[in-house]
Amino acid sequence: MLEVTGFTKRFRGIAALDNVDFSLNEGEVHALLGENGAGKSTLINLIAGTFPWAEGVYRINGRTITSLTPQVAQEIGIAAVFQEFSLVPDLTVVENIFLGREQSSGLFLKRKQMRQAAAELLDSLGFHLPLDEKVAFLSRAQKQMVEIAKALRMRPKVLILDEPTASLTDGEAEKLFNAIALLKARGVGIIYVSHRMSEIRNLSDRVTVLRGGKKIGTVVTAEISDEGLIEMMVGRPVEQLFPKIDHKPGAVRLEVRDLTTEKHSVISASFTARAGEVVGLAGLVGCGRSELCRAVFGLETVEAGTITLGDKPVERPTPTSMLAANVCYFPADRGSEGLALARPARENATMSSLDLPELSSGPLLKFWRENEAIRAPLGNLALRPMAPERKASAFSGGNQQKLMLARGLMKPFDVYLFDEPTVGIDVGAKADVYNLIKSLVEAGASVVVSTSELPELINLASRVYVMHEGKVVAELAQHELSEAQVLSHYFGGRA
Amino acid sequence: MSSETATMTVANAPSHRASRLDRFLMQGGIVITFLVVAVVATALIEPRFLNRLNLLNVMRNFALLLIPSLAQMLVMTAGGFDLSVGAVVAATSVVTAAVMLVGNGYFPGMELAVIIASLVIALGVGALVGLVNAGLVSAFSLSPFMVTLAMMSVLMGIALYFTQGIPIYGVTDSFVANVGRGQFLGLPIVLWAALGVLAACIVMQRFTALGRHIYAVGSDQRSARLSGVATGRTLIAAYMLAGLLAALTGYLMTSRLGSGQSTIGGTLALETIAAAVIGGVSLRGGVGRAELVALAALFLSVIANAMNLVQVDSRYQTLVLGAVLIIALAIERLLLRKRQS
Repeated sequence: MLEVTGFTKRFRGIAALDNVDFSLNEGEVHALLGENGAGKSTLINLIAGTFPWAEGVYRINGRTITSLTPQVAQEIGIAAVFQEFSLVPDLTVVENIFLGREQSSGLFLKRKQMRQAAAELLDSLGFHLPLDEKVAFLSRAQKQMVEIAKALRMRPKVLILDEPTASLTDGEAEKLFNAIALLKARGVGIIYVSHRMSEIRNLSDRVTVLRGGKKIGTVVTAEISDEGLIEMMVGRPVEQLFPKIDHKPGAVRLEVRDLTTEKHSVISASFTARAGEVVGLAGLVGCGRSELCRAVFGLETVEAGTITLGDKPVERPTPTSMLAANVCYFPADRGSEGLALARPARENATMSSLDLPELSSGPLLKFWRENEAIRAPLGNLALRPMAPERKASAFSGGNQQKLMLARGLMKPFDVYLFDEPTVGIDVGAKADVYNLIKSLVEAGASVVVSTSELPELINLASRVYVMHEGKVVAELAQHELSEAQVLSHYFGGRA
Repeated sequence: MSSETATMTVANAPSHRASRLDRFLMQGGIVITFLVVAVVATALIEPRFLNRLNLLNVMRNFALLLIPSLAQMLVMTAGGFDLSVGAVVAATSVVTAAVMLVGNGYFPGMELAVIIASLVIALGVGALVGLVNAGLVSAFSLSPFMVTLAMMSVLMGIALYFTQGIPIYGVTDSFVANVGRGQFLGLPIVLWAALGVLAACIVMQRFTALGRHIYAVGSDQRSARLSGVATGRTLIAAYMLAGLLAALTGYLMTSRLGSGQSTIGGTLALETIAAAVIGGVSLRGGVGRAELVALAALFLSVIANAMNLVQVDSRYQTLVLGAVLIIALAIERLLLRKRQS
């Protein structure tokens, strides 16, 4: 039904997509797999008409298409749900679903009919949403549902879903899978981008793997193992994902005693982190482990408790004083807390190290040293593309994460706090992050990792603290670490 | 947001009442309160406020503030600003008077035709200015603030050059008598005109695709474009409508003043933005309702009238207007912040 051959797209001379072929049949779910920056987004954006392709042939239902805009793409039956939503925050759910496709009689909108049609559409998908609520007040998962419903209002023949379950709970994702089965039965072809192996396994008929803008291959899902897919994607065997870390616990670098935050998101929590070890913080989202890291770094107001660095007690932690005391924190929300998205990668990398004597004397920056100083950290992290003058916002998620991490590499810190270091990034970038943690620990630093991904803790940490409703409920040593052990404490220990 | 769902499911009496108050405040309760307080206070301090002639005067002033405020609202909800609104009023006032002066000279005895012709030409000038504004904003992605600021300067320059700052007399007498000073069912004609514009704006915002697209473009232009909204055309429509309304204001002001003046409208950019913002129009676009802007314009007209009645020196009036604007916005922000927490 849809077929593209020899698709190529360059951004400022760098090929984001290089001679890629892709096809989609009626009623087929065709998964796209690849690391961040592999060209998945570029490919689906070209198919959806967001920007033009440089070379290649685009055919749909036997018709050759020479140029495409999002509007034209919608008219010929291609709908896309991107990770970045196309919803307007100040309009309601119904208004958003019909935005740009309003039904009118003469000059006036058919408001009742549109509301009715929207209700029916959402109902058929099993999504329960407040029809007249402004989209700005919806949760991310609800917005995702609106976006999907909006894509389906035109009864598309091709539906592109870009990581549609990234922000959904399991129950919500289940509804989406049912909807996908329904559409499939109606003969809709679906291009499905996801990092989750289980989804690709359960949903897709074929998988196309991209790496570095090139097509590695297209395979029938049933005929390949998960390991085989990962190997195609990262270009190396899967066992190498988690590096073996050589823990050599030394002196206590960070000690937190009975810490309670003003908002009571953390209640009387204690933990220690030694030099040369990885300490894990486990627990459900919202259990207080992120807030604990933030409190240590001075981003949450501390009500009671002590924080000791080495042998020096910290009175009132602030980000500036903690950085000066050689503590480095990597936030979970890269966009709003971590990066200055409108500024170049170079400035983001050096942002918290401008006071180093290598980079400044007094108020004056030694700007000519900056490029030299970032070369090694960015090189070690394998930033893709290696373009320090690009805006941070122009990098993919995994590479934005690398920019954040580069900050911690500008000078050696004693303590590193990682809050969800691998959220929303692909396997290849994950491996890069794990290797970074390994090299930091083995150089003698103390690393604290707060994460919801259990395999990370089990494979990386030497000790794990489990938190529940703001309290530390368990401390597990490396030999006690198993998924079942950690999970048994997730709900307060007696679950 | 989670607290909102909580108050909805947990039928807890005090919090439910609080949320109803919040709803009232959100949906224009603040402007209504301001207006009621201003009217009552003025009537108590200065009983002459309720005088029939004074009320007619307030209504005329209100009408001539309302129409350009609605123009401002249209552009602001589309995510822009129109600083040129006062300059368009001045330019179209000059155009109206000039067309009448020349028209009456060439076609004596055809007063009605000249009056209509001057309206059409004035509206054409307003629409053209709007088209140029929108074209520059959308084709070159220029900032609306800078484009309309420059446009204001250009128009004022043209109007001043053309008139040398001297009022243009020769406006048709029947125009002044029947439009500027005219009444229908006991209310000024200019007020009827303004109410007609208001009704049209409400219908446009609520019941037409154009209205919805203006909100969408102002709220998130990228999303609107991805959704298939013709964003350029929507911007052009918003700015052209604003230009038309500003031109109508200039036309009606000429009928009130009896002459074409290039010096009017100097403070109109500030006043219309004040009315729009007090009426709940977001500076970031996407939010704003005509009926609330009307209440805010009425509020400002009452305050201005009160100052005249108690004989506040005109030099201090702009000071008071600025202070009122800041206080009103601060109160609004405080109440809304309380709602969010």
